[in-house]
Amino acid sequence: MAEKFVSRGFFGKRQSADKSERVPPGQYITEDFPVLTAGPTPRLPLDQWSFTIEGLVDKKVSWNWQEFLQLQAQPFVADISCVTKWTKLDMRWEGVSVDSLLEHVKLDPKVKFVTAFCHEGYTTNLPIEDILNGKAFIATSYDGKPLAPEHGGPARMVVPHLYFWKSAKWVAGLRFTEKDRAGFWESAGYHDHGDPWKEERYSFSG
Amino acid sequence: MKQSLDWQIATIKAVRAETDRVKTLTLALPRQVRHKAGQHYDIRLTALDGYQAQRSYSIASEPEREGDIDLTVEKIETGEVSTYLHDVLVPGDQLEVRGPIGGYFVWEASRDEALMLVAAGSGIVPLMAMIRQRAACPSKVPAHLLYSSRTYEDIIYREKLERMAALGDGLQIFHTLTRVQPPDWRGYHRRIDEQMLAEIIRPLRDSVQVFACGPTLLVESVADHLVHLGIAASHIRTERFGPSGETKGT
Repeated sequence: MAEKFVSRGFFGKRQSADKSERVPPGQYITEDFPVLTAGPTPRLPLDQWSFTIEGLVDKKVSWNWQEFLQLQAQPFVADISCVTKWTKLDMRWEGVSVDSLLEHVKLDPKVKFVTAFCHEGYTTNLPIEDILNGKAFIATSYDGKPLAPEHGGPARMVVPHLYFWKSAKWVAGLRFTEKDRAGFWESAGYHDHGDPWKEERYSFSG
Repeated sequence: MKQSLDWQIATIKAVRAETDRVKTLTLALPRQVRHKAGQHYDIRLTALDGYQAQRSYSIASEPEREGDIDLTVEKIETGEVSTYLHDVLVPGDQLEVRGPIGGYFVWEASRDEALMLVAAGSGIVPLMAMIRQRAACPSKVPAHLLYSSRTYEDIIYREKLERMAALGDGLQIFHTLTRVQPPDWRGYHRRIDEQMLAEIIRPLRDSVQVFACGPTLLVESVADHLVHLGIAASHIRTERFGPSGETKGT
């Protein structure tokens, strides 16, 4: 029944065809860069910043800010979709791919999931295959400028193919695990995986 | 508790103007899941050819009300969904919705910390659900609302808030008008700043839960000021909407 429902008198504002096929279902294009955060924006002093890889790895590895900047960063352009319905096309980022970070450790073969954890306490969980092979980055720059604090600076995860809450702001590290463990929003009714093209917005029990 | 988040078709029971740019829709739901104050519903509009648009709107009514819910919607002139809800929708129409949604920007009436509510513009809507639930329960926690509007006429729920504050049950309301003030205005008449927040939160600050909702830049600065005033970040819950202020400002 829901499939046949039509809103009386609704015509809508369509995008051009070339843009609309890049917009996942239920999303609209914004030119702006909205900020959505559950609490205050943390201001992280660079001399106290660190990024750590831990969990089921042969050895824990940490970088301070100066060390992290020495890693090979690459520019990438991505369309981003937020579960609050906005999609922003052609966002220009620069960051270190998770693949190149993982060259510094050896993952245990049992690893199936990863939790991104953050300096202010946020967490989000992803299956390992969603962050490998060029699918995920630790970004330090947006639109040619250092990443602003309200957008997750100095560094945030960017996983363009999933809803943006998976792209953890103020990221402090990655913890590799065998079992899936729900993160902040995943524990609050949001979908465990979050693919915008499948509209994986919410979990069905909460 | 299992709860279904399937789409359902609500019927518009009533449409009420709150201000020139803000309307409240009362929706009768075939399946009503009890919400928490602060949550929202998604609305999905479908054109004849199948084209769809979705947006989220906060619930204004208290969870205790059964049979229907209120969603309060600000009209965005260039908006695709809010213009439809304002200009086309009339009582008797049907509307596809799902919810309630959101698990963090919510208040539970069993909490015993004082409430500090900070709103600007239509950011008042999810806070109104909290204020109404506090009255309905009833909860005895002190609650201070600081509410910023452009002009007197832009204050959403003005008379309702006045009536609730007049009950003298611990709810205090502080308005600020940022653009134009009536001649006899006794409230604040500037943008929310740290001094204003300090004055209003001072009696509550030993044990307080803050909810702040409004445009991005306002909520950013409110949260920063509160952290600077010594309120723990874990006691400040925020919901930001609208332009970030980087490419367009409001």
